[in-house]
Amino acid sequence: MGRAKLPRKSTAIDMTPFCDVAFLLLTFFILTTKFKPDQKIPINTPTSVANKVVPEKNIIMISLDKNGKAFLNCDNQNGVLQSAIENLNSTYNLGLQPGEIARLVKAPIIGTSIQGLKQYSQLPVQAMNDSLSGIPIKDSTGNELTAWMKAFVAAAGDVAGDVTDDPNGGAPVVILKGDNLAKFPQFKNVIAALTENGILKFQMVTNPEAVPVGSELWKKAQIVKQTAAN
Amino acid sequence: MADIDTSGGGHKKGPGVKKGKKLSTRVDLTPMVDLGFLLITFFMFTTTMSQPTAMHLNMPDDNKNTNDQKVKESGSLTIWLGKNNNIYYYDGILKPDLSNVVTTNFKDIRQVVLNKKATTDTADLFMIVMPGNQSTYKNIIDILDEFSIDAVDRYALVNKVDPGYEANIEKMDAAAESAGQTGK
Repeated sequence: MGRAKLPRKSTAIDMTPFCDVAFLLLTFFILTTKFKPDQKIPINTPTSVANKVVPEKNIIMISLDKNGKAFLNCDNQNGVLQSAIENLNSTYNLGLQPGEIARLVKAPIIGTSIQGLKQYSQLPVQAMNDSLSGIPIKDSTGNELTAWMKAFVAAAGDVAGDVTDDPNGGAPVVILKGDNLAKFPQFKNVIAALTENGILKFQMVTNPEAVPVGSELWKKAQIVKQTAAN
Repeated sequence: MADIDTSGGGHKKGPGVKKGKKLSTRVDLTPMVDLGFLLITFFMFTTTMSQPTAMHLNMPDDNKNTNDQKVKESGSLTIWLGKNNNIYYYDGILKPDLSNVVTTNFKDIRQVVLNKKATTDTADLFMIVMPGNQSTYKNIIDILDEFSIDAVDRYALVNKVDPGYEANIEKMDAAAESAGQTGK
């Protein structure tokens, strides 16, 4: 008579399929990580506790780098950029041909004076990024950004009403991306260019920052969380 | 396709061959799976966190008559932004000899703002920010951020550089530099 001996089976799990799945998921996430678009002009934005995300469509982005140079970027929703350039073309008699205007619209960034636009449009796309001297924003008389914003306002006025689902009424949102080290006088000139054209609301691009624990804002957020949970 | 199974322990020996102790070549994949999942969670979190956020700024209309907004002297705190991350502030009206201007930095300004908030009525509280020509964009954003953190609703960013106050800021900057003070 023998004791009933349970056949002992091994409890070691084969880890191979785990490993397969893990690396599959990892590859998926690596490939779907959206990398920041290559910045030709390095700009380090300051951090802020604001939690609204920067809009990505229908924007006019004014970049201010640490040397105080200003650059313009527009994603040409509703042809706003095209209308603006055509506007400037007629106001300043730049003599831009439709082909050149199309090239300017496709340019990754605009960083020359208004008079230099014609020459800028002739460059091939790779060279465009190298010859960036920035839009002049010297003072109230030399501030070409005012002229640009005026053209944009006129252009947006033309196209407003086409897009009805946009809360801003189809008009592009102005966002300002400034470097940490940009000095106040240039910032003041950029703001002046906007306020002179009646653009009083704009957003500034910042890096996300956690709300300091114990501060007023944090307390408010806790109250909101509690009322939402109840 | 687990691995090459060479563990020959237990098989019959070949004729005359002396087999030494056979070491197992089975690799335990558990730590590799651990690392794999760690990297996955890392990438899951970083893809959502890399979006830049937007801070709103509303400027007053310069063309409209700005005299209708009266600010109570007792409720106002004026903040000057100077060179090297220095902040100078004063309550109410500026004394001509700059005697009521206090020098501070970005770390201590929170306590200053909170103190001001605690000692004034909400209706009277008003912050005035005057950036100097040597202040940086980061200084301005940081101070606006500070107001957001401290839940201060009424503030104004004065960007018309009045040469009068600009000279005052320069004096304070010079004094701070001679005192060897740089706010970080």
